Amino acid sequence: MAKITLQSLRHSYLPAPSAPADWALKQLDVEWRDGGAYALLGPSGCGKTTLLNLISGLLQPTEGRILFDDQDVTDLPPDKRHIAQVFQFPVVYDTMTVYDNLAFPLRNRGVEAGEVDRRVRDIAEMIDLTPTLQRRAAGLTADGKQKISLGRGLVRSDVNVIMFDEPLTVIDPHLKWLLRSKLKELHQRIETTMIYVTHDQTEALTFAETVVVMNEGQVVQVGTPVELFERPQHTFVGHFIGSPGMNVLPCRVENRTAMVDGVSIETANAADCRDDQSGRLEIGVRPEFVSFADEGLPVRVEKVSDAGRFQIVDTRHEGHKIKLLVTDADSIPSDGAFLRFDPRFTQVYHEGWVIGGGHA
Amino acid sequence: MRKTRYERAWLFVIPVVALVAFNAVIPLMTVVNYSVQETFGDNVFLWAGVRWFQEVLLSERFHAALGRQILFTGTILLIEVPLGLAIALAMPRKGPWVSVCLVLMALPLLIPWNVVGAMWNIFALPDIGLLGRTLNEIGFDFNFTQQPGDAWFTLIVMDVWHWTSLVVLLSYAGLVSIPDAYYQAAKIDGAKPLAIFRHIQLPKLKRVLTIAILLRFMDSFMIYTEPSVLTGGGPGNATTLLSIDLVKVALGQFDLGPAAAMSLIYFLIVLLLSWVFYTLMMRNEAQQ
Repeated sequence: MAKITLQSLRHSYLPAPSAPADWALKQLDVEWRDGGAYALLGPSGCGKTTLLNLISGLLQPTEGRILFDDQDVTDLPPDKRHIAQVFQFPVVYDTMTVYDNLAFPLRNRGVEAGEVDRRVRDIAEMIDLTPTLQRRAAGLTADGKQKISLGRGLVRSDVNVIMFDEPLTVIDPHLKWLLRSKLKELHQRIETTMIYVTHDQTEALTFAETVVVMNEGQVVQVGTPVELFERPQHTFVGHFIGSPGMNVLPCRVENRTAMVDGVSIETANAADCRDDQSGRLEIGVRPEFVSFADEGLPVRVEKVSDAGRFQIVDTRHEGHKIKLLVTDADSIPSDGAFLRFDPRFTQVYHEGWVIGGGHA
Repeated sequence: MRKTRYERAWLFVIPVVALVAFNAVIPLMTVVNYSVQETFGDNVFLWAGVRWFQEVLLSERFHAALGRQILFTGTILLIEVPLGLAIALAMPRKGPWVSVCLVLMALPLLIPWNVVGAMWNIFALPDIGLLGRTLNEIGFDFNFTQQPGDAWFTLIVMDVWHWTSLVVLLSYAGLVSIPDAYYQAAKIDGAKPLAIFRHIQLPKLKRVLTIAILLRFMDSFMIYTEPSVLTGGGPGNATTLLSIDLVKVALGQFDLGPAAAMSLIYFLIVLLLSWVFYTLMMRNEAQQ
């Protein structure tokens, strides 16, 4: 078990990177506490698997250091870093039994037979593999194989961190839920640092205490699920997390007040914005925090979709779509209406980054 | 339910039936026909029953040829499969050298069989051939045209040179198709190279190796052109493999009956061994 520190980590797959686009992973400084459950969330190609492989040692970073506790492991090979990894597609040793699969990492490290047997049986019990121990691993279903992959990481007593690279991709939907809660339960039991890579927001938000959102090779926000939802640090986070995503409207800031087409909107952070701010300014608010009102931003109601517990209402103001969630279908005005944004959860963004968030 | 019958559909099948008849059924049945009859000149045929089959099966000449054939096939399989696998493992996975290696490997496969025979014949000649002359110069008494051991040596080296590439290419294709995650997992699990070979590469290569062994078995069991050009079955009968013996009986002595019986037995042996081999390999697969 260990705290993980990434110091100015950068990586490029090209021999001589120059342009920003050459970097698969841009400047990264993070500290992950011992025993935490973290998720790396982002769309395909955002650099999350690269980051994972850097931590596991399958890749050597172009620049920067990786520290486990206070030991520099940047130059160590994967087997010396004491990590475990579960891959997207189940990796099992086909010719071996489930038992031998679980024992494999221990036998490779020269652990004596009695200890191997004890550990394997312990772990098999923990991940419900005991009934299949003597079966050939190749005959198991995808979720069984993923459990073996996980088990091979768990049997070792020296594991610093367990990493999951989209481990539920090939699992049937009804088993995904089971496996996910199993993971959560395991984490509470063994308290090893876990890093979970995924592009599925539900998986990330339910598994992790802290979610790291990545886009185009950089970290856009590190926060708890609630923070990501209520205070997106970047319009990307607003779009990517939540369904439907955050509404983003172009705006101006005058006298520390945000204005959308001459209508002033009360926001949480416009006061931090200089009046002479150049560049693209936008206002962002989640559909959950928008409601119909007697005055405010004038809109036309365009479409209402029934999502079961609530209605998603599409409205339009000039050229801009604004969505909002309404629980009571009767309260939806038939045509012209006004919208009110909850000022606590309405933020102004400059070039995509929230104003006052340290990035602008 | 009434089915509409399209009698004319049969017209479309006729070309295929004709093709198969002319290239497989009719020649094979001709052989069957010869194998149960005795012929004299002028197309006179007499019924011979299973006499030719008995004769061939009991003849020492056939036993000797079959023995040599099994020895030859066994030897080249024992050399070519491990060697091919080793070369495939040593080949680079990425980079500009991949295509260089692949082309070099494919070259022997592109050379016509009789050319291979002729090449090695000249190459191994003790007086003028590069190989034969060199061996003699450095002190070996090498003469493949007179000494059976030398003839066998040349024959086997020639086959290894010609066909190991096939095993290499098949194994290489199999190796390349193993996902990276397996190697990464093995690294994390602390597996040594030998364990990676034993538990990842070998199991994943099983299918292609089955195919490689089957192809090499059938091809080498039926080999004719190369040994025929290289040694012509000699010296004496030392390298007379089954196919060479068959041609001697059929075209040299014109004993059509025994030759026909022999070819049928030959055919059945190849079929039987291939089937046994394939079934064994696949049964293993099913157990997993």
